[in-house]
Amino acid sequence: MHRFESPELVGRSLRGAGYLASERISSVVYLGDRLGKPVLVEGPAGTGKTELAKSVARMSGMRLIRLQCYEGLDEAKALYEWNYKKQLLRIQAERTGSQGEMAEWTELEADIFSEEFLLARPLLSAIRAPDPVVLLIDEVDRLDVETEALLLEVLSDYQVSIPELGTVTSTQTPLVFLTSNNSRELSEALKRRCLYLYIDYPSVEREQEIVLSHVPGISETLTSQITGVVRSLRQLDLKKKPSVSETIDWAQTLYLLGAQQVSNELVVDTLHVLLKHQSDIDKATAEFTAAR
Amino acid sequence: METILAAFIAELRAIGLPVSLSENVDAAAALRAMPLGDRDQVKSVLEATLVKNHDHYRAFELAFDIFFGGRPLARLAEGSGAAGRAGSGTGTVLRQLTEDELNDLLFQAVAGRDGVLLRAVAAEAVERWAGIEPGRVVAGTFYLYRTLTRLDLEALRRRLREEEAGPGGLNDLGRRLAEEDQDARVDAARAEVEAEIRRQLIADRDAQAVAMTLRRPLPEDVEFLNASRAQLADLRQTVRPLARKMAARLARKRRHRRRAALDFRRTVRKSLASGGVPVDLAFHKPRPAKPEIMLVADISGSVSAFAGFTMQLAYAIKSEFSRVRSFVFVDGIEEVTDILEAAADITSVTHRLNLGTSAVRLDGHSDYGRALETFWERWGGQVRSRTSVIILGDGRNNYHASRAWVLTAIRQRARHLYWLNPEPAAAWDTGDSIMREYAPGCDLVVECRNLRQLRAFVEQLD
Repeated sequence: MHRFESPELVGRSLRGAGYLASERISSVVYLGDRLGKPVLVEGPAGTGKTELAKSVARMSGMRLIRLQCYEGLDEAKALYEWNYKKQLLRIQAERTGSQGEMAEWTELEADIFSEEFLLARPLLSAIRAPDPVVLLIDEVDRLDVETEALLLEVLSDYQVSIPELGTVTSTQTPLVFLTSNNSRELSEALKRRCLYLYIDYPSVEREQEIVLSHVPGISETLTSQITGVVRSLRQLDLKKKPSVSETIDWAQTLYLLGAQQVSNELVVDTLHVLLKHQSDIDKATAEFTAAR
Repeated sequence: METILAAFIAELRAIGLPVSLSENVDAAAALRAMPLGDRDQVKSVLEATLVKNHDHYRAFELAFDIFFGGRPLARLAEGSGAAGRAGSGTGTVLRQLTEDELNDLLFQAVAGRDGVLLRAVAAEAVERWAGIEPGRVVAGTFYLYRTLTRLDLEALRRRLREEEAGPGGLNDLGRRLAEEDQDARVDAARAEVEAEIRRQLIADRDAQAVAMTLRRPLPEDVEFLNASRAQLADLRQTVRPLARKMAARLARKRRHRRRAALDFRRTVRKSLASGGVPVDLAFHKPRPAKPEIMLVADISGSVSAFAGFTMQLAYAIKSEFSRVRSFVFVDGIEEVTDILEAAADITSVTHRLNLGTSAVRLDGHSDYGRALETFWERWGGQVRSRTSVIILGDGRNNYHASRAWVLTAIRQRARHLYWLNPEPAAAWDTGDSIMREYAPGCDLVVECRNLRQLRAFVEQLD
């Protein structure tokens, strides 16, 4: 029934899948499986929220079903839709094929609202999947408040009610991850149904490991300096602090430039890899050129 | 475990975290499902099930440390078992050290990044110097002060700087990074001492009692008027994400509120698909006019923190308004829109404003009457039917003339006139506060003591 033996094992397998998880992350993933509850992942952009769900799928060999949320997403795109064109064809075929009376209408009606004419969208296909799946609901905060309620039935009972068909219940409990960039407050109802995981910027040590594993061949001294500079930048009051992926990009840049050691000049020259706002770059430049 | 969990959740609710019954049940189930090895795992279980808002994390962490902080090392030594023996081993050795030797050991612990040794040193220092008096209801700040006068963290920082400078090979950047790393470690040492004092307090009284003394309001409940400097810094961190959320919400609200006129062209085009019968109607996108905001803020003394936050918030969501203009006053009044727009950080600006503008004419005591009258004379003509005027202040007029007629005049021209008062409503009209004279002239007078109330006000703005 349960997929994971222990939190440590989750951590180790995630590492095998190329995701260096902190203890807290692997504990929550483990709990999500044990309790059969969705995991709501929040945190600053670029700290590996989406990557976590992908890695969990990769490490356990499960299929990943992804629902990318956006404003205006509705039932027809998230849950299911009737394939009305096919239904029309079916009705027409019936008319021309036989001299059927209206008595057959009820039969026909039952027929055109069957599974054959149902287009499953991500949420329904995750519920109906015969094999174990990971369902990733990405950027759930972009949904309208009203559409958020769509998710509630799926998340708490792992079922979808279709008026014409009845209730579709899942055969296996999918592992569900929701990610949010915190651009608005999610409803209490949604939060209550989920386990909450906040992924912050990693500690210096963990970030060093991440860089070392993503940029093969980079030296340890360079890495420790890189993460040091990034930590120092994150302490500044910036519009957008450098994310983990930007740290990796920067490390890659420095490695390709053949740098042995980071110096103030080098930082200033390559800041645009780490920071994307001009005002942030100006601020950091001033910070790193100031004589100390 | 069940009883301590119940007490812990009661404490979280007392702080103001919304912990529902089902979350309570989840936490218990999760604790059972988890092979609990150490304290960190308990912490991540409780965090995942009980705290669903990251702004509440700090409050949770403090409460967790109180309820699940473990026992002080000194007391562990008195107990039996493996942990007790290990504790007493280091404990007795440490007790014989002199003050200098203990400080030296602290340096070694921090330099060698030895967490266990650090904790033992902190425990010994607290035992020796804090002078904890059993049974006293205190938060332990004075104990911390007493300990840190003997356990010299500044000397530690200096020594780290000297000894880790290396053979002069570090460039500017290297030095900077090393210093930041050292600072982080010194802070960690300080935190360890604080934690030890807390553990001692808890061993003395019980967790619930200590939690009550240490309880602090959540960021959104901190009152602007009597926030400490640290709390203000915390608030500043909270304001920016809050503003982003509010901007998203206001934009959405505006877009969804109503349908605009029928789009005839698109309706006809769409009807072609259904044989010329207009089944689906198409509408123009609504393009509602954005309101203009004029902020008139009292920046004298204690009210200035409140004005600073409100302005910061208003600027952060200014994309939702066609224009935000700000005026500051004490007994004179001055427009500061341009200054605020050029500056990156508004709170630092309010301080500068206090120093040299014509907002202060005479003695630096607020005079609402004069300020409002001047506002009306100089900018009254620019108040239009789309303008909402928001006055920020406590209405304490230092017994000057109120000139409340100005408010009636502004209100007649403006779309709305609001007054936000950072004082509790019960304190209005006491002393020199003359809210009762100003209130009839406003559309709405709102008590705005904390971020929660400020946010409720902005969300209903239109």
